[in-house]
Amino acid sequence: MTTRLEQPKGGFNFDNYQRNVFLEQKGITLPKMTKTGTTIVGLIYKDGVCLGADTRATAGPIVADKNCEKIHYLAPNIHCCGAGTAADTEYTTALISSQLELHRLTTGRKSRVATALIMLKQMLFRYQGHIGAALVLGGYDINGPCLYTIHPHGSTDKLPYVTMGSGSLAAMSVFESRWRKDLERQEAIDLVKDAIESGIFNDLGSGSNVDVTVIEKDKVDVYRNYAKPNERGQKEQSYKFNRGTTAILKESIKDLVIITEGIEEMDIS
Amino acid sequence: MSIMEYNGGSVVAMVGKNCVAIASDKRLGVQLMTVSTEFPKIFPATDKSFIGLPGLATDIQTLSERFRFKINMYKLGEEREIEPRTLAHMVSSTLYERRFGPYFVEPIIAGLDKHNQPFICGMDLIGCINFAKDFVVGGTSGESLFGICESLWEPDLEPEDLFEVISQSMLNAVDRDCLSGWGAIVHVITPEKVITRTLKARMD
Repeated sequence: MTTRLEQPKGGFNFDNYQRNVFLEQKGITLPKMTKTGTTIVGLIYKDGVCLGADTRATAGPIVADKNCEKIHYLAPNIHCCGAGTAADTEYTTALISSQLELHRLTTGRKSRVATALIMLKQMLFRYQGHIGAALVLGGYDINGPCLYTIHPHGSTDKLPYVTMGSGSLAAMSVFESRWRKDLERQEAIDLVKDAIESGIFNDLGSGSNVDVTVIEKDKVDVYRNYAKPNERGQKEQSYKFNRGTTAILKESIKDLVIITEGIEEMDIS
Repeated sequence: MSIMEYNGGSVVAMVGKNCVAIASDKRLGVQLMTVSTEFPKIFPATDKSFIGLPGLATDIQTLSERFRFKINMYKLGEEREIEPRTLAHMVSSTLYERRFGPYFVEPIIAGLDKHNQPFICGMDLIGCINFAKDFVVGGTSGESLFGICESLWEPDLEPEDLFEVISQSMLNAVDRDCLSGWGAIVHVITPEKVITRTLKARMD
């Protein structure tokens, strides 16, 4: 397709950068980006990895999204929890997921967690922390269950139980007191749920529901909203307005043509 | 002062029963001075979807043209209309491309998909999508809108009831915000028709 307007080839675009720096120097503050605040956790148990996350997204002190998804898909056997700048976690995981898919197609092998880890940390290090993504990476490959954390500057840890985000301290206190080697599957899920709930209730940046993803050998179970400890009560009254309450100055209606599939029989009477 | 408050303006979108609605105010200002009361912030993307762009006026106009171009190119390339969900990802990637030098807008998308299922979503200025099932807000009266929408909105509103809810939410929210207001416009999208209404509002 040819066009005289230049179409982007990919990568970041810095066209507005100077303008925005100029505005900032004039004393204008930049708007709030959506952050995940977040409690995200992961642990290794007897035969797999269990990841957990809360579902609150914030813009400053305002709750921007009450039920967002923080456990991202990377590969069929690898998932990744994201904390920090919401758009960054969303797009870094999507980018690495796409690269892993292509890697699987060229090599014909299952993705390894270590591969995803190297790709993520090298990308984040390249951007020197400007991409604000803090990740918990978990998966199951030929080396068995693997669990890592990745910080926004590109440093990584390999541990049997990890927490990240603003609620990491609350969640870690639960893990430190109750985690042990070779937990059973249900024990692991319960521990992750309790860790996330301690983040939800004790950290203001985390809230709403608990998402859990369990990765075992050739088996992934995604439990979206595994626990809903903050369900909203039923409204006692309807605040519906009478029709015609709002004064209208002008009205225009655009009728749409509805196309129905199939052939109607012709009337031949 | 935040750059989002330079020109003022607000947008809100809501889901109803087999319908969606999107509303915006009509003010364009330069800080506290009003320049225009006929400034569009909602742009049609397809017959059954709209993009609302509250934020910095210069970026609203640049982006509305860029999106018009991209939507037309999609239509020519794919020989079909763009779905609202696809549209949301297109808008999101356009914004994330400028991660380190963003456009100052908080887009809101509302529409019906090919099965006439309602779809709305909101975004921050670098393209983090919020797929809400009830309502999304953006602009200088965002916080007031959150409050009033949270109490007025209920599930399965018919198009006419949805119109009243979104109109009253918009009018009452912008009355507590000096940077928004001066008239409002509401689009209600149903499978059969798109109803566009201009509301009578306070002009102060």
